[in-house]
Parts: sequence; structure tokens; C-alpha cells
Amino acid sequence: MGIDPPDAPVADVDDGDSIHVASIVRPYALTKGRTAPRVDLPVEATIEVVSAEKVGDDIGRSILDLCAAQNPSVAEIAAQLRQPLGVTRVLLADLVDVGAVSVRATLTDRATDRQRHDLIERTLRGLRAL
Amino acid sequence: MDSVRFDEAPRIASTKIIVAGGFGVGKTTLVGAVSEIVPLRTEALVTTESVGIDDMDSTPDKATTTVAMDFGRITLSNDLVLYLFGTPGQRRFWFMWDDLIRGAVDAIVIVDTGRLEDSFSVVDYFEAKKLPFIVAINEFDGGQRYTPDQIREALAISPGIPIMTIDARERESAKHALIRVAEFALEQLTATSRIESA
Ligand SMILES: Nc1nc2c(ncn2[C@@H]2O[C@H](COP(=O)(O)OP(=O)(O)OP(=O)(O)O)[C@@H](O)[C@H]2O)c(=O)[nH]1
Ligand SMILES: [Mg+2]
Repeated sequence: MGIDPPDAPVADVDDGDSIHVASIVRPYALTKGRTAPRVDLPVEATIEVVSAEKVGDDIGRSILDLCAAQNPSVAEIAAQLRQPLGVTRVLLADLVDVGAVSVRATLTDRATDRQRHDLIERTLRGLRAL
Repeated sequence: MDSVRFDEAPRIASTKIIVAGGFGVGKTTLVGAVSEIVPLRTEALVTTESVGIDDMDSTPDKATTTVAMDFGRITLSNDLVLYLFGTPGQRRFWFMWDDLIRGAVDAIVIVDTGRLEDSFSVVDYFEAKKLPFIVAINEFDGGQRYTPDQIREALAISPGIPIMTIDARERESAKHALIRVAEFALEQLTATSRIESA
């Protein structure tokens, strides 16, 4: 395998997390070796509980408890679970799939100028009021 | 729940501003100065193989390392939360930035005038990504003082990009930088929209 030049984006790295390491890194046992979530989960996206009933496993339950208490972001969930971002994303995507949680809206590439404008204005209003 | 028209996206509930800069310029300090929580740390796993340049002589064995990103949170209103993400400073982890900046509105590039050479590539990165950014000069005590104009010239920063001096440890100063970058993002958006509609 080639060595990447210093500043080139690194190929084969999925979504910022390594996909090479599934077999040797223990946290990925939690995700049964899966590394690529099917749901788009930006680090800042906040998560809310939709239905807690469908979740039986411990890690799923602890994520639901976190979400029920405070609508945390993907990054906060990762930090509190002490799991890498990639692992957390896979776990969250499972919860989205079974309808246990939903991902609240964030800015996407598809956003219109108007949506962008509204978001920045809301941000400014909030910052000025701090 | 409100009825939602098909052409209407749901209201955005959270957003982020990127706090970037070279190693040790004060990114985490700035985040901590305005965050309502003690900055948290999230990690991503990378293989040393992926890391590239620093591991030219490594054996084929794969080892993993974690890249840490510090972040803070500011609740702006009852329906909007702002996250501040500090980029990993070490140059070899810059590929992480692409994931981090996706969906960001804007960025603050912190510059330490004692180590200007670290800042060139950071500025280049954001220019290439077309993400609106401002440059914030973090004045370390006893650090060499340059005027914003001198910094602009030294780093070849485009005339339109705001440059300000901050103290990353001070809440008001950090807040001011956040307001400035949001204003700048809005100005940029308004300027481009006008051109489009003209
Ligand atoms: N005197 C002084 N010290 C500062 C200032 N800003 C940051 N520091 C100190 O500089 C050091 C580095 O600051 P950090 O905020 O950790 O820098 P960083 O950019 O997050 O560093 P990395 O994440 O390692 O790249 C810390 O010891 C801070 O306390 C400042 O304005 N003045
Ligand atoms: Mg830091």
C-alpha cells in the first residue's frame, strides 16, 4: 500500500474513521464489525428519542438514556460513551433504523441560500444575546 | 406538529463553527472560554498506516491511534444549539477536518504570531474549501506583536477576509470573534446571492 503525500486527503478512510481496523480494535466488536453507518450523522446533529421500546441491548439503552435526558449531539454521545466517533455513528444508525431515535435537522449541502441565511441570523441573534 | 410543505426543510436544530489553527495556538482555550460546558473530547480511530508521512518506516503491522477533537456547546435559544469544534492541531490529522467541516457555516482560524509558518496551510485549506473564515490573532503574553496588516501581508490573506486580535482566554473576546465570523458569513452569503439574482 502506498504512502500518502503529506497533505493529501487520506484515501480509504471512511467518514474520518478508519475502516482498516475492524478486526483488531475492540470497540468495533460493539458494532459487530460494521463501520459504515447508513444514516448521515454529522458531529453536531442532535438526537431525540422517538420510542424506547424497541431497544434491548445495554449500549443502546445507555444511548437512549443520554438522549432522553438532554438531546445530545453525536459528538456528545461519543464523548460520554467514551467510544470513537465511528463506533458511535454505527450504533446511532442502528437506533435510527429501528425507529428508536431520530436525527434533528442540521445544515446540509442541499440547503438553500435562504435556509443558510435564516440559520446564520438565528445564530447571530443568539450570540449577541449571550 | 406544524404541517410541513414539501419544499420546506425542517427547522435546523443545531449548527457548528470550526475553530482551526496550528498546534497549540489556543483552539481549546477559545472553545472553553465561551462554552457552557467544559470542553468535551471526542475521538476517532485511525491506523498509523493511514496517517502517512510520519510512519514511512513502520512495519506492515497496523497500529491504531486516536485523533482527539475538543468541542464545546452554546445554547443560543430554545430551538438552536451551537457547537464549537476545535480541529486536531497536528498536521498529520488534517484529513479529519473534511468530516468535521461538513455542514459548518464558518470557521475561525487562530494564528499565533510566534509561529506564523504554521498558519499558511490552515489558511490555504479554508480558502480551498470555500468556507467563510476570519483570522483571529491570539496574543500570547510577551509574544511578538504584529498589526493585522502585517499578518495579512505575511500570510497573503485576501483583502476581504477580516483579521482581528483576540485573547482566547477571555469570554468576551471569544464571543466577539464568534459574532464577527457569523456576520462575515452573512455578508458573504448576501454578496453571492445578489450576484446570482442580478
Ligand atoms: N499566555 C497565554 N497562553 C495561552 C493563550 N491561549 C492559550 N494559551 C495557552 O497555550 C497552550 C495551548 O493552548 P490550547 O488552547 O490547548 O491550544 P490548542 O490550539 O487547542 O492546541 P492543540 O489542540 O494541541 O493543537 C495552553 O497551555 C494554554 O493555556 C493566551 O492567549 N495567552
Ligand atoms: Mg486543543
